[in-house]
Amino acid sequence: MNGPMLDLVGVWTVILGAGVFFYVLLDGFDLGVGMLYGLNPDSTSRGIIMNSIAPIWDGNETWLILGGLALLAAFPLAFAIIIPALYFPVLLMLLALIFRGVAFEFRFKDKEHRGFWDNAFAYGSAVATFAQGTVLGAFIQGFQVEGRQFTGGSFDWLTPFSVMTGVALMAGYTLLGAGWLILKTEGGLQDWARVQGRRALILVLVGIGIVSLWTPYAQPDIAQRWFTWPNIVFLAPVPLASAVLAWATWRSLGRDHHAWPFVYGIGLFITAYLGLAISLWPNIVPHRYSLWDAASSESTQAFLLVGTLFLLPIILLYSGWSYWVFRGKVKADAGYH
Amino acid sequence: MSTDRLLDPLILSRLQFVWVVAWHILLPAFTVGIASYIAMLEGLHAWTKNPVYLRISKFWIRVFAVTFGMGVVSGIVMPFQFGTNWSRFTDAVSNVVGPLFAYEGLTAFFLEAAFLGVLLFGRKLVPPWAHFIAASMVALGTLLSTFWILAVNSWMQTPRGYTVVDGRFFPASWVDIIFSPSFPYRLAHVVSGFYVTTAFVVLAVAAYTLRKGRFPDEGRVMMRMALGFLTLFVPLQIVLGDMHGLNTLEHQPAKLAAMEGLWEGGQGVPASLFGFPDQKAETNHFEITVPKLGSLYLTHHWDGAVKGLKDFPADQRPPVIVVYWAFRVMVGAGLAMLAIVGVGWLLRWSGRLYTTEWYLRGLQWAGPLGFIAVLAGWTTTEVGRQPWTVYGLMRTADSVTPSLTGGDVILSLLMYMAVYLLIYPTGLLLLRRIVRNGPLDHDAENDTPVESGRPAQPVVALPLAQLPEGHAAEGHTP
Repeated sequence: MNGPMLDLVGVWTVILGAGVFFYVLLDGFDLGVGMLYGLNPDSTSRGIIMNSIAPIWDGNETWLILGGLALLAAFPLAFAIIIPALYFPVLLMLLALIFRGVAFEFRFKDKEHRGFWDNAFAYGSAVATFAQGTVLGAFIQGFQVEGRQFTGGSFDWLTPFSVMTGVALMAGYTLLGAGWLILKTEGGLQDWARVQGRRALILVLVGIGIVSLWTPYAQPDIAQRWFTWPNIVFLAPVPLASAVLAWATWRSLGRDHHAWPFVYGIGLFITAYLGLAISLWPNIVPHRYSLWDAASSESTQAFLLVGTLFLLPIILLYSGWSYWVFRGKVKADAGYH
Repeated sequence: MSTDRLLDPLILSRLQFVWVVAWHILLPAFTVGIASYIAMLEGLHAWTKNPVYLRISKFWIRVFAVTFGMGVVSGIVMPFQFGTNWSRFTDAVSNVVGPLFAYEGLTAFFLEAAFLGVLLFGRKLVPPWAHFIAASMVALGTLLSTFWILAVNSWMQTPRGYTVVDGRFFPASWVDIIFSPSFPYRLAHVVSGFYVTTAFVVLAVAAYTLRKGRFPDEGRVMMRMALGFLTLFVPLQIVLGDMHGLNTLEHQPAKLAAMEGLWEGGQGVPASLFGFPDQKAETNHFEITVPKLGSLYLTHHWDGAVKGLKDFPADQRPPVIVVYWAFRVMVGAGLAMLAIVGVGWLLRWSGRLYTTEWYLRGLQWAGPLGFIAVLAGWTTTEVGRQPWTVYGLMRTADSVTPSLTGGDVILSLLMYMAVYLLIYPTGLLLLRRIVRNGPLDHDAENDTPVESGRPAQPVVALPLAQLPEGHAAEGHTP
């Protein structure tokens, strides 16, 4: 057999990495909006907050399915090891997403229990985010593996570190959510979102700081990657960019900027994501299996790639169109109900 | 049941899978059909400008919004089940079925999600043709989703196009994998079944609307459309079911023998009408049979040869009583549907279709018939696949995640049960409320719907500020 024209595993790494990042970004801001909804007691503001994401949250959440399915199809060994290890965080996330998802409709139609569905929306968003954050923490710490299976316990994921990453991600999504609300709203609600954004940003920076210090401290190979010559020169721009973006986010939250807080927040997520990718490269089951070890067969990856390269741009096009239809500040009468 | 069995992660994982799929399948069973119906109504309205179609469409869009949201969130649970509880199955088959799952996401879910937003919220923001296209794209998405998920399911039932290396499946031919022998029959039977399910719901709502006499035009149009549709599709569904059965006879004879409760194979086998199969004693109790009839409808010959359960080792037979009765429930539901459609035509010819109280009341009761048939058919085919996940090649017992303890799965199962038992009844109550409000053209919830001279529900005297923003801003004056 001739060698492949291009490295399929590399292509799939980029697609999966981009897909997961799209999920984090898109559902990240609408989960953050959900948490901000819980923090805002005013019912008029709550209606606007809800309407700002009602037409798009479903599409955003679809990236979670795509990320899961791309992992299953392109790196099945990783899926078969990581998902069982995260049995309970995944369960918590799914149940929380159920509550939050149905709350969009139930809140309007089940008026006798609106308070309950309001809470379902806010707490569902918070619990789903926390669960995703613990997934991140557990992933960084790694899993106990023998052969092709996870062999640890179903509560191995629960550590002080994973709880910390859970809380940090809640702050991170809240920052994105605040950025979105600043973009989509006006007046008092927008001012309120700026204040919440700054509070979240402080927590985010503490979280990033702890992860950046703890990870190289606990895992010497990661320390070596970051702090040896000449890597330190090539990799230094990542933390430096983080610092600049953190400062820019803080500053724009305090000014009359509508779009910049969201854009800078996204930038901060990109640098944090890159930092993690550099630490964990080239493994997909940390400390155990590389992307190439876990990859599915060449035929599998090639068959899926043909359609993906055709479909992904189309998806981005019509998803972009649906965002375009609902562009601008949220109008109070945007509902169809 | 001993504590060993009670805490067996395999049995508990199967129960959990049954629980999350059974609830989930009710939603696509309805949304696949109603999405197509909405697209059709939007098209008819764009073409004829008849406002009745628009009012009916808006009404079903309200219903669709609730059911689709529930379908999405209960559907996200599904792919993760393969990882959380069935990781050895995932490791073994992902090279083959992984891309099929992924293509479902790429072709269907994004299409549905992106255009759903426009369908629900965009009527005033985009031109009518764009709204019609959005409705059509949502409908197309639901059909593509059905296509891919049934391709996976069919491959598990009748695997083709693979090679096995070290106990794992690898692709040899993608065409053979996707178009496995049972796929065309399963796809046709399921899609037609979903459409029939939806049409019976439309029929039940039409009957309710007509009985209440509040929206006679809408009620008649819905009744006419649904009955006309079912006149074609109920007989078609029975024919497709027969073809699917013959396909099962050819490729999964043990499943078919369980459906028939047939222990002794041979030529000119009887048809079992009623009985209680006994797995251990290898016989049926209190059985009523018709000689030779089994061979006739299975092979279309009086003396056709059919394999019996005893032709297969005991550890390769599915749980017979479940498959036997699930199959009978499905067939019974199908025959009841045929009778209902027949009576409908008799009434229509005598001009009493819209006014015969007992028939309309009966149609309301028949609303869930399709769901019963879908669940029974699903039980027949999936329990009939046992004891295999990949038919004849990989056992269910070898598919479960090895790291799980019984306690883990009991905990997760109880949590899924608690959440679904809260969400589903609530959803059902809200749907009932939407149906009671009927196909009003404007907002149904701020007005006080009058039903037989009295408000249909207590008037909620909320101050304006507490109303959802849309309602407050539109400023309805009741």
